[in-house]
Amino acid sequence: MKRATLILVPYLWLLVLFLAPFLIVLKISLSDAALAIPPYTPTLKDGIGALIAELDFENFIFLTEDDLYWKAYLSSLRIAVISTLLTLLVGYPIAYGMARAPDEWRATLMMLVILPFWTSFLIRVYAWMGILSNEGLLNQLLIWLGLINDPLTILNTNTAVYIGIVYTYLPFMILPIYAALDRLDSSLDEAAQDLGCTRMQAFWLVTIPLSRNGIVAGSFLVFIPALGEFVIPSLLGGSGTLMIGKVLWEEFFNNRDWPVASAVAVILLLILVIPIVLFQRNQQKQQEAEQ
Amino acid sequence: MNQTVFAPWDDPNATPLIRFQNVTKRFGEFTAIDDLTLDIYAQEFFALLGPSGCGKTTMMRMLAGFETVTEGRIELAGQDIGPVPPNERAVNMMFQSYALFPHLSVWENIAFGLRRDRKTKGEITARVEEMLKLVRLEKFAQRKPHQISGGQRQRVALARSLAKAPKLLLLDEPLGALDKKLRQDTQFELMDIQETTGTTFVIVTHDQEEAMTVASRVAVMDEGRIMQVATPAAIYEYPNSVYVADFIGDVNIIEGRASPSGDEEYKLDWTEGQAPVLAKSQATFSEGQEAHLAIRPEKIRISTEKPDDAVNAMQGKVLDIAYLGNLSTYHVELPGGQVIKAQTANTRRIARRDITWEDPVWISWSATAGVMLDQ
Repeated sequence: MKRATLILVPYLWLLVLFLAPFLIVLKISLSDAALAIPPYTPTLKDGIGALIAELDFENFIFLTEDDLYWKAYLSSLRIAVISTLLTLLVGYPIAYGMARAPDEWRATLMMLVILPFWTSFLIRVYAWMGILSNEGLLNQLLIWLGLINDPLTILNTNTAVYIGIVYTYLPFMILPIYAALDRLDSSLDEAAQDLGCTRMQAFWLVTIPLSRNGIVAGSFLVFIPALGEFVIPSLLGGSGTLMIGKVLWEEFFNNRDWPVASAVAVILLLILVIPIVLFQRNQQKQQEAEQ
Repeated sequence: MNQTVFAPWDDPNATPLIRFQNVTKRFGEFTAIDDLTLDIYAQEFFALLGPSGCGKTTMMRMLAGFETVTEGRIELAGQDIGPVPPNERAVNMMFQSYALFPHLSVWENIAFGLRRDRKTKGEITARVEEMLKLVRLEKFAQRKPHQISGGQRQRVALARSLAKAPKLLLLDEPLGALDKKLRQDTQFELMDIQETTGTTFVIVTHDQEEAMTVASRVAVMDEGRIMQVATPAAIYEYPNSVYVADFIGDVNIIEGRASPSGDEEYKLDWTEGQAPVLAKSQATFSEGQEAHLAIRPEKIRISTEKPDDAVNAMQGKVLDIAYLGNLSTYHVELPGGQVIKAQTANTRRIARRDITWEDPVWISWSATAGVMLDQ
């Protein structure tokens, strides 16, 4: 009895906060757009029988007909993969440095990683607009240093989107890698060197494989939200930046086509289920290995 | 049969494998090793013994290359190893935590060092099999470190550090994580392996019994300095200071003033109301010089009757008996309040023993039983 209640609570939670909204979105994606409130038919007011009879896959078929959508999905995937790799390249050395730092420094370094969360995400992205624009701080600095004569166009390009994603999601990469490296016995590295490894070899053969779980966890934590990212591409990206989150927004608010927007969201979710399942499996394996 | 005793340290022509020459190591303000000079010979089983913080681990880490020398130099086979990085030293180390790679199997752990040497597959396989056989772990070759017991892990660590046939093997508290029974068995195994492979072993330990059992020579350390280097027997029987006598085993220290009373013989006035103690000593003491007489408890006889032939005999009463099964240690209080420990082997059953608490007893020892020390 007690056990059943214990299991029931998370299931209820998932049911109310995940499954129910998903079913609503799924239902809207199968409806037709209409000039009404809400802007689609049928609704529950038409009765259950009529509602089910009128649902169809028209919107999903539409998504395959217009190449904007699959191009947006592919472009989002590419941007998410590249920015995940970039975040890993930036985050790993930081996590490594933190794990090797003297004990009295660690709390401060951890604080510095978490500190940006104390300011609104939106404001931080706006701040990047100020830094990256043609008259922005970065260009002013580079011109003042004499490195360039004409300002670089960074804002409203994919480069700005990469910078924004790497900046925003860096803590999600650093923290799991730091946790993995922190647990690592430093004598393992010494043992590798003692057995004939150079520092570099010891790093590749011992440190990297033993922090694999942290790398995988961090990569998923960056990849999953980056794939559906909307704010960063719409603020920092240009007209050439095609991301599915932006398409979704436009369908919803500019075209007021809720059914097509919902269909886009359902497909996005299906794409995300694959990495999420992989992520879960990684976590499970890690737990088994620790037992 | 003419057996030569292994004692290169007594041979003035022998060249040591390792030479510490006036080595000093400082961490900031703290001096971990203080102007230390020491020679270790090939095929020795050398123990560095001391309390924690005495600098023994630092010495080992300097040999492995994980710490640099602040002053002085360390030679390995005549070559200054100061500038040689750890991965290029013919020295391997067995870590206290074993430091086995958790993502690799037992087999791959042992092969790890060999792979770095660009050996052929055949050579690596042959060497790993040989090592597995040496430590009797053939059946566990494919297991991961977390799938085997602590004792087996210890043997994997030993096999891994021996695989590259180093000139010198460093062992950092190798048996510290094992329980007592397993530790004793493993001590003998270590000695066997050391003898079969002919490798020079340097072991760091804080366990004096372990050091005495396995080592050919023991260095007793304190606060970054070496107090005495000698064979286990010499350290036990002829300690050179009260510190060493006290650190190794149990000891009674009698403090007093020496006065010569014959050929290499001294009288020690140690307390009022008691006859002076007679002791032989090779070291010379001047009239009235302060001296310490160190006597091991097992060298003191305990009896109910006054012994006729004893040079030193005094009466007291039994304060305490520490029963260890095979031995009993009697704490005997003398009239002046001093407590002297005397130890006897329990060759008779407990019911047949005639000395018990509060009994008046005689303790006695010969003139050669103890060692006279000036510090």
